[in-house]
Amino acid sequence: MNKEELLSRLKVIVSNYTQNKEALDSINEDTDFLKDLKINSANLVDVVLDVEEEFGIEIDNLSMEKMLNVRAAVEIIETKLHEAGRE
Amino acid sequence: MANRVVVTGLGIVAPNGVGIPMFREAIKNGKSGIKHHNLLQELQFSCQIAGQPELSTELISTCFTELELRNFNSDGILYGVIAGMEAWKNAGLSMERQEDPDWDSGTIFGAGTSGIEKFREAIYKIDEKQVRRLGSNAVMQTMASGVSAYLGGKLGLGNQVSTNSSACTTGAESVLMAFERIQSGKAKRMLAGSTSDGGPYIWAGFDAMKVCTYKHNETPEKGSRPMSLTASGFVPACGAGALLLESLDSAVERGAIIYAEVLGGHLNSGGQRGTGTMTAPNSKAVQNCISTALKNTGLHADQIDVINGHLTATMMDSTEISNWSNALGRSGENFPYINALKGMTGHGLSASGSMECVASVLQVAENFLFPNINCEDLHPEISAQIDPQKISLQYQSHPIEYLAKASFGFGDVNACIIFKKYRS
Repeated sequence: MNKEELLSRLKVIVSNYTQNKEALDSINEDTDFLKDLKINSANLVDVVLDVEEEFGIEIDNLSMEKMLNVRAAVEIIETKLHEAGRE
Repeated sequence: MANRVVVTGLGIVAPNGVGIPMFREAIKNGKSGIKHHNLLQELQFSCQIAGQPELSTELISTCFTELELRNFNSDGILYGVIAGMEAWKNAGLSMERQEDPDWDSGTIFGAGTSGIEKFREAIYKIDEKQVRRLGSNAVMQTMASGVSAYLGGKLGLGNQVSTNSSACTTGAESVLMAFERIQSGKAKRMLAGSTSDGGPYIWAGFDAMKVCTYKHNETPEKGSRPMSLTASGFVPACGAGALLLESLDSAVERGAIIYAEVLGGHLNSGGQRGTGTMTAPNSKAVQNCISTALKNTGLHADQIDVINGHLTATMMDSTEISNWSNALGRSGENFPYINALKGMTGHGLSASGSMECVASVLQVAENFLFPNINCEDLHPEISAQIDPQKISLQYQSHPIEYLAKASFGFGDVNACIIFKKYRS
């Protein structure tokens, strides 16, 4: 899966939780879930659950804590897909 | 000096009418909201009829965001928020989001349980070792104070935000607690009300106790029969009622429409002594609650024009009538008019008191008596105590100065409120 495809699938997930739809249009690797997308911090666990379902992966607690922006999310998803031999 | 307290907004989600205009028409016309529920039949309930409000997706989406509705499964919160927001808007208060909370406004919005369907969902996941898959919203939907927490956020309330719980007394208790907070000057506006989840997981316990009727599965609208000789148990229901209580000064200053004045009342318990148990009222305490409510409001028993009873359609109805009769020292033709909403709505449990307070305030504001339905065959133990004319089977236009509303609940707890026609 290339980065663009991964990013577009991630964008669909976060669009359900963002309270700043404009920031969503200019989403890039530097976009922060809390500061830029204004996602309620309680909803971060929901983003992770949706990511797990969308990509068929499991995200451990340590990785979950790091998933605060697009860059980290993409890295974690890529790593988990790699581990599962499904990149 | 104690503040006078008035009702400036009403909201309701009832089995026979959602929203005040529909509910007003329903109670004036004696419309039943009781239906047969296939689910209860499939689950082999003895009582397969119930009162459950019908909500459109349009209405739900005016009160909740798409995000809030993701994995949402708590009908008690749904009913409470819709009724609460209606009362707020009905009072002419703004829904516009302000930067700071409104320090002068709060809520006491009661509940018996919260999000029992959500709880069921969560329990299955937990038992399957899927705790992490609960997501973020199991707590807010299942905490007892869920309904007041949702309302507090939507309305930006900055005063007390809490949920009370006292079984079927909950709704009436919330009104008196909110009344006291305004009377003492600690708040200018309080959203009082209560809600109840519906469905098999709430109603099953009552079905098992054999306190619900099993004789009307084929004739649902005839099932809830307060004060009738053929009353055979209550019909379970759910919903929510809400009243915006406000200090008279604040209401006048805003130029708000005033429905009625809350004169006060009393809350007590029978301590599960005498005739009182966990599930049956101590008659001495019921009478004490009514007479103390009169004392607290400075009224004489003869001044009460109308009673809105608790009257659930069980064999306790005639006991309730004798408690009113003894407490007021009035019987026969001298007894006030009395009516029971549960004939039309069923027993909304923790929501019943607030739905009935809404019906009571509408009667005081608009000078009418809603009909007692399913009471053509009045119980002889009741007609032996009071003139049957006082239990009107038809809608009647009737001036009301003072109305007494009582609710009683498991745990042997009682509430009695006095509503008065507002006069400046």
